Formats: sequence, structure tokens, C-alpha cells
Amino acid sequence: MLFALTQINARMGVWDDNTLSLNPPERSRIVLGKTKGRKMLNYIKLIALAVVTLCALIAANYARDVAYLVHAIIIALVSGGLFIWTLRRVGDTTSHPQNEYMDSVVRAGVIATAFWGVVGFLAGVFIAFQLAFPVLNFEWAEGYANFGRLRPLHTSAVIFAFGGNALIASSFYVVQRTSAARLWGGNLGWFVFWGYQLFIVLAATGYLLGGTQSKEYAEPEWYVDLWLTVVWVAYLAVFLGTIIKRKEPHIYVANWFYLSFIITVAMLHLVNNATIPVSIFGSKSVIVWAGVQDAMTQWWYGHNAVGFFLTAGFLGMMYYFVPKQAERPVFSYKLSIIHFWALIFLYIWAGPHHLHYTALPDWASTLGMVFSIVLWMPSWGGMINGLMTLSGAWDKLRTDPVIRMMVISIGFYGMSTFEGPMMSIRAVNSLSHYTDWTIGHVHSGALGWNGMITFGVLYFLVPVLWKREALYSLKLVSWHFWLATIGIVLYAASMWVTGIMEGLMWREVDANGFLVNSFADTVAAKFPMYVVRGLGGLMFLLGSIIMCYNLWMTVKKSPAKESSLSVAVPAE
Amino acid sequence: METYSLMREFADSWMLLFLFLFFIGVVLWVFRPGASKGYRDTASIPFRHSDKPATDEEART
Repeated sequence: MLFALTQINARMGVWDDNTLSLNPPERSRIVLGKTKGRKMLNYIKLIALAVVTLCALIAANYARDVAYLVHAIIIALVSGGLFIWTLRRVGDTTSHPQNEYMDSVVRAGVIATAFWGVVGFLAGVFIAFQLAFPVLNFEWAEGYANFGRLRPLHTSAVIFAFGGNALIASSFYVVQRTSAARLWGGNLGWFVFWGYQLFIVLAATGYLLGGTQSKEYAEPEWYVDLWLTVVWVAYLAVFLGTIIKRKEPHIYVANWFYLSFIITVAMLHLVNNATIPVSIFGSKSVIVWAGVQDAMTQWWYGHNAVGFFLTAGFLGMMYYFVPKQAERPVFSYKLSIIHFWALIFLYIWAGPHHLHYTALPDWASTLGMVFSIVLWMPSWGGMINGLMTLSGAWDKLRTDPVIRMMVISIGFYGMSTFEGPMMSIRAVNSLSHYTDWTIGHVHSGALGWNGMITFGVLYFLVPVLWKREALYSLKLVSWHFWLATIGIVLYAASMWVTGIMEGLMWREVDANGFLVNSFADTVAAKFPMYVVRGLGGLMFLLGSIIMCYNLWMTVKKSPAKESSLSVAVPAE
Repeated sequence: METYSLMREFADSWMLLFLFLFFIGVVLWVFRPGASKGYRDTASIPFRHSDKPATDEEART
């Protein structure tokens, strides 16, 4: 009997070093305890999933609005499906060999990043043309697919779905390598991945159906916020758990940036989404902050979403993948530490610059402006650190389009962190605010910095994760590079022109002090620039589709890496 | 004193001083004598263990 148990448990991979060193009776007791624990866990999981399915169906029955109804049905289907899936797998155990990295979840994250990227860019191109050609706000889709409903879908798809998946996947990859330890928490990493995808689906369907808090970058309603909180705590646990069991004495700087991103986003999310639901069976909720406090909380959140989600997290990528691709350590590790502390100490104060000339007290918006300008220092310190990592290896720019992508992303980081502080100055802001200049600034940062560094990381990761010799085609990477770069230039340049033009038109007064232009005049004048912007976006989208094809062919057609053939790699 | 004024006064005096000194402390700490050697080792972390985790014998503390 003991022999049979040993066989079964060895196959299931429940042995660990401690149980093996014990004498047989003790060993079998422990193993029995472990399988009992697993069984218990499965029972608890099944009961919880059944309860959730039942509650979701009850909620669907009492739903007060369409968004809530659809979400209740989605949750019922997901938890019901998971119930069956768990039931069929009772008794199975997944192995988590501590001498292997957990790359399966990173592979899934890479696929999700590429997928959501194309979806988000496509939505962006479509709404860009909706602005140029209003007829694209189809009559039959009114109330679902008009610009107002699709815009948050686009912003959330690119920031949270594309950017968020890139951050989660790359942070899981980086934290394992730099800690020299397998991801902590076993299948918790998978929970984070799938939980985050569910959050994206709930958010996106909610926007189309009108379930939104109307807070920029924080549109999802209360129950979606609660779900994201659960997923985020699990993410923090996985990341921190891996750092705690690291086999390196020092925590590499990339992990500092990733960790500050995870913790700060948790804090921002909780404070800016402090809402009270109108009904437990409806999606509508009311924020607890009122008036200018609400506005300040929103932009404290909004700007730090830029500062910690789109900057700190992506700097974590830069500090790992640029040295890896350039095959030399970061230019100055000392600078990276100062960069980190300066960036997180300053960014958190910059939010009020979104509220110049509002009910916000002048001292607060001046404070935001001053901190934004001081931010120039750490931002450019980080840019120099990233760029100078290539010193002595600049020749790689000629031969390696992937490093070219990373370098141009750092270049765009420098440009948009120059433009941002300038736009935060009150006098400049009086011209730029509410105009397309802001949109241009956001996109030079998001497409240039976040997009390009993510593409670079995907090109690095796919051959490594699927154990291929090299990318399928470097020529296609070059195509992607130039399409994306020219696309961004068209986008940013057209938005500068139209933004400054419309700002000047708005403030133009005649000799008697009357405004010269009506709002519709500016809209008509912007038409050519809107078409150019749409074309720029289309080129960026084409580039990303080429990337997807290239990555697909890398997995399918590229020769497998020699070294991996001699060593058995467990399927996971 | 009302809560707002109290917290405001604390924030722009002691807390501001603390954060400023902390930052100065970080800069001084980074440039401490002999730091370069340690940082050279730390900066090369990405070039170790890229294929599989460290074993217990390889672990460095």
C-alpha cells in the first residue's frame, strides 16, 4: 500500500525535500495529510464557485440595468464553467518544480498583450475616424458604438489590457530571473492572469452598455472595482512572495519599480473608487468625495496612473530588458537608485496641474506645477541611464531592430517627459488645456514610450519563452519599427498643429472684445489634421499586426534552440 | 484645531522635512565609500540565472 502511495504521490509531484528525508511511516502520514488538504481545498473551491454562480443568477434576475444584467450573466457563466472544470480535475495535481521558472503564465501574458494591443489600437483608429467623419457614428449602433461609448473602451484597452498585461507578464518574468527563484504561490499566478482578463471583459462590456463612473481611467463600476482589488492583492502577494524567497542578496532595481507600481496603483484604486452603490442589484454608484475634492482625488489618481502604471512599471521593463538586449549592465546603478527615489517622491504631487483655472485653490495647482517641473530631473536622469546603457554598443543599432525599438521608446520617454512639465506651467496650460495638444502629448508618451518598449519586450520574450533560436524575421521588425515611428510622428505633429490652432482660435477676440470664432468653426478647421491623425494611427495598427504575424511565425517556423533539445523540459 | 489644519501643518513642516532628509540620506548612502564594487555585482543580476532558478548551494546571501 505504501508503495502504491509512493507511486501515486511521486507522479503527482507532491514530494518535497523534507518528506523524502523522513522515515516511511512519517512520510506517508505527511503525504496523506497533504492530499487531504488538497481535497479539502477542492471542496471549498467547489462550494464557493457554486455559491457565486447561484448569487450571480439571482443578481441577473433582479438586475436594474442592462450592464449589470450582462455582467451577472458573464459571472454566472464563468463561475459555472470553473465549477465543472474544477470538478473534472479533482484528484489531479499540478506540479510546481522549484528548479524551473514558471513561464507558462508569462507565455499566456505575452499572447494576451499582443491580442489586446491590436484590439485597443483598432478601437483607437476607429474612433479617430469617427471624429474626422461623424457618419461613422452609425445610426443603428447609437447608444452603444458612438464615440462617447467607444473612447473609454479604447483608453482602457490600451492602458489596462495591453499595458497591464505587458506589465504583469514582464514583471512575472523579471522577478523570477532577478530573484533566481520560481514564482511564489503556485497557481496564484494563473489566478492573477485570468482574474485580470475577467476584469478587462467586465470593464469593456460595461462601457458599451453604459455602466461607467465617468472618472477618467477609472470608469469601471463598483463591483468591477472590487474584483480588481482581489486580483491586485493576489498580484502583490505573488510578486512580493517571489522577492521574499529570492536567492540573490539584493533586490534588483527593476523590481523596485515594479513593486512601487503595484503598491501605488492599489492605493490609488482604493481611494479614487470609494463609492457607495445605489443598489446591490444595479451598476450605479455614488462617489463619497464631493465637488473639488472629488476632482482633486480623480486627478491625483489620473496623473499617478500615468506616473506609476505607465512610467514606474515600464521603467521596470527598461531596467531589465534594455541591459539584456544590449548585453551589458545598466549604465549607472547608483543613478538608477536615485532615479527611483526621486521619481516616486515627486510624481505623487504632480496631479493638481490637471486642474489649473478651476475651483482648486491656486496654491494647490501651483504646487502641482512646481513638482511637475522638478520631475524633469529624475525623468531625464532615467532616460540618460537607459540610453547610456548602450554606450560602447551603439553599433547594435545598425544590426538589431529590437534594440532600435527600445532606444526610440526611451527617446519618446524623454520627449514626452519634457513636453509634460512644459504643459503643466499655468501659462502654457491656458493655451493647451482642453485642446488636442493634450491628446497628442498622451499619445507620444503612450504609443512612443509604452508601446515601443512593450514591442521590444515582446520581441525579446517570444524566442526565449518558446525556446526558439531567433525571431522569424528581423526585416518585419524593421517594417514594424518604421510604420510605428512614422505613425507616431504623424499623430503627434497633427495634434500639435490642431491643438495650438484651436487654442488660439478659442481665445481670439475682436476689437470690441467679442469672441471671433464659434466652437463649430474650430471643429471645421481641424478636419485635415484629424484625417492625418487617423492615418498615423492606422500605420501604428498595421505595424502591430505585422508584429503579431512575426511572433506567430517565430513560434511556428523558427528552429528550436539547440540547447533545449538535450535537456528535458517539463510541459507546464 | 480642526483636523484639516492640523494635518496640513504637520504635512508642510515635519513630514516635508522628513521626506527631504530621507531623500538626501538616500543620495549620501548611494555614494558611500566602497559602494561601486557592490553595485557592479548587483547590476549584473540580469545576466545570472536566466534559464533556471538558483539551487540552494548557489544561493548568495
